[in-house]
Amino acid sequence: MFKFIELVGRTIINFSEDFGRVLLLLFSLLKQLFIPPFEIRNTFKQMLEIGVRSLPVVLITAIFTGMVFSLQTFTGFKRFGAEALVGTVVALSMTRELGPVLTGLIVAGRAGAAMAAELGTMRVTEQIDALETLATNPIKYLIAPRFIAGVFMLPALALIADITGIIGGYFVTVGLFGTSSIVYWKRTWDYLVAGDILNGLMKAAFFGASISLISCFKGFYTHGGAEGVGKATTGAVVLSSMTILISDYFLSAWLFS
Amino acid sequence: MIEIEDLHKSFGKNHVLRGAGLKIETGESMVVIGGSGSGKSVLLKHIIGILKPDEGRVLIDGVNITGLAENELYETRKKFGMLFQMAALFDSLSVWENVAFSLLRHKKMKEKDAKSLASEKLRMVGLVGAEDLMPSELSGGMRKRVGLARAIAHGPEILLYDEPTTGLDPIMADAINELIIEMKRHLAVTGVAITHDMNSAYRIADRIAMLYEGKIIETGTPEEIRNTRNPIVRQFISGSASGPIKIEGVTNERVFNRA
Repeated sequence: MFKFIELVGRTIINFSEDFGRVLLLLFSLLKQLFIPPFEIRNTFKQMLEIGVRSLPVVLITAIFTGMVFSLQTFTGFKRFGAEALVGTVVALSMTRELGPVLTGLIVAGRAGAAMAAELGTMRVTEQIDALETLATNPIKYLIAPRFIAGVFMLPALALIADITGIIGGYFVTVGLFGTSSIVYWKRTWDYLVAGDILNGLMKAAFFGASISLISCFKGFYTHGGAEGVGKATTGAVVLSSMTILISDYFLSAWLFS
Repeated sequence: MIEIEDLHKSFGKNHVLRGAGLKIETGESMVVIGGSGSGKSVLLKHIIGILKPDEGRVLIDGVNITGLAENELYETRKKFGMLFQMAALFDSLSVWENVAFSLLRHKKMKEKDAKSLASEKLRMVGLVGAEDLMPSELSGGMRKRVGLARAIAHGPEILLYDEPTTGLDPIMADAINELIIEMKRHLAVTGVAITHDMNSAYRIADRIAMLYEGKIIETGTPEEIRNTRNPIVRQFISGSASGPIKIEGVTNERVFNRA
């Protein structure tokens, strides 16, 4: 019994400690964002890495999600004769939910893991110490560009995912089930408001910030050699994914209410 | 001048430095010797301010760097160059970009000028034609040379060496020793090296200090260290497993059972 209480207590303490350290890192990161020199070159490199290189996976995920979504909705809605609404359902769920969340999860698995592994390796091979000795703040040089890239590239990817998902839905609804193309587009636009898209993109920006911050945190404070790098990478993916899924509920409740 | 005063540092329950003190004159080559895990690296990282002590001070030319604000500390670091044990080259950058790192970043040098200066520094450490290679394509000895070229690129006054000869074959190790001596001769820098390689220590040191159980227990010229009466230092420099030095977690009463 005591063991159990001890375990619960330790978990809570560890979690609070980590949470505090993430906030401290965020604080020094935000400070560094406004002090020159600005890491423009590094930031573009990271944008390429997080944004452009994630694009193929995002495209494939989004198009198939849109397709399967309209397939299921169409056959389901057919039971009560509401097939005409498929366009609306696909558009609303892609823009408000699936675009941002799926993009977030993909980037967490791809770029988040890469960030944690790269920074973790740099830590255990003393490259981060080497930056310090070369009078370079590693938070500014390594973490700030990744953070900026995450915040800007996630909404861009999510927007592309929104559009691709809707096009995927179009293929299935119009191409496979023979709904008129005019009905699909009309139903898509009729009920979609700018707020659906914009709030979805805001969520994506938040996810981007969380992924970069958490993955960089895990990588930056890696210890314990190769095993430590492995742990940091796993931890980064798990924690970013959880953060996305949990914060998604609260952000949605706040933004869409 | 580097003055280390009464330095204490713990990591969790592990009290690594327990009042270490050492004075290093400008232009001198100091070698700190000590066993694995004796806190040599920790001591070195305090000199350049990567670690902050729990107690004590580190004075660089009279300025206490343990109390400096972040930006002042980074400014002070420009006086230093450091060669890491495994060289710690940035593996996303090519050899010349590694060497020119601080030139491009702090001196705002044009890329072409920085590259030719990097080539010049690489020639100083005996490397020709390696500019465009990536660190992963280099051997251990070459990596150390690139690491040294990077450390001297911005013209530091103090060079720190973390186990410069560890992991190299004897000939390569001596070549690195030779380089360290040349750095002192031609660049007139203050050098601080940590090592457990006594051959290297005797070759490069003006003075040797021994770190044991978190304190500096003896300092002297190589000659004085060679003839010391301190039993701990004697055991260490002769490289003997039996003597007063306790190896943590290891017992002398080994049990052999042949079942």
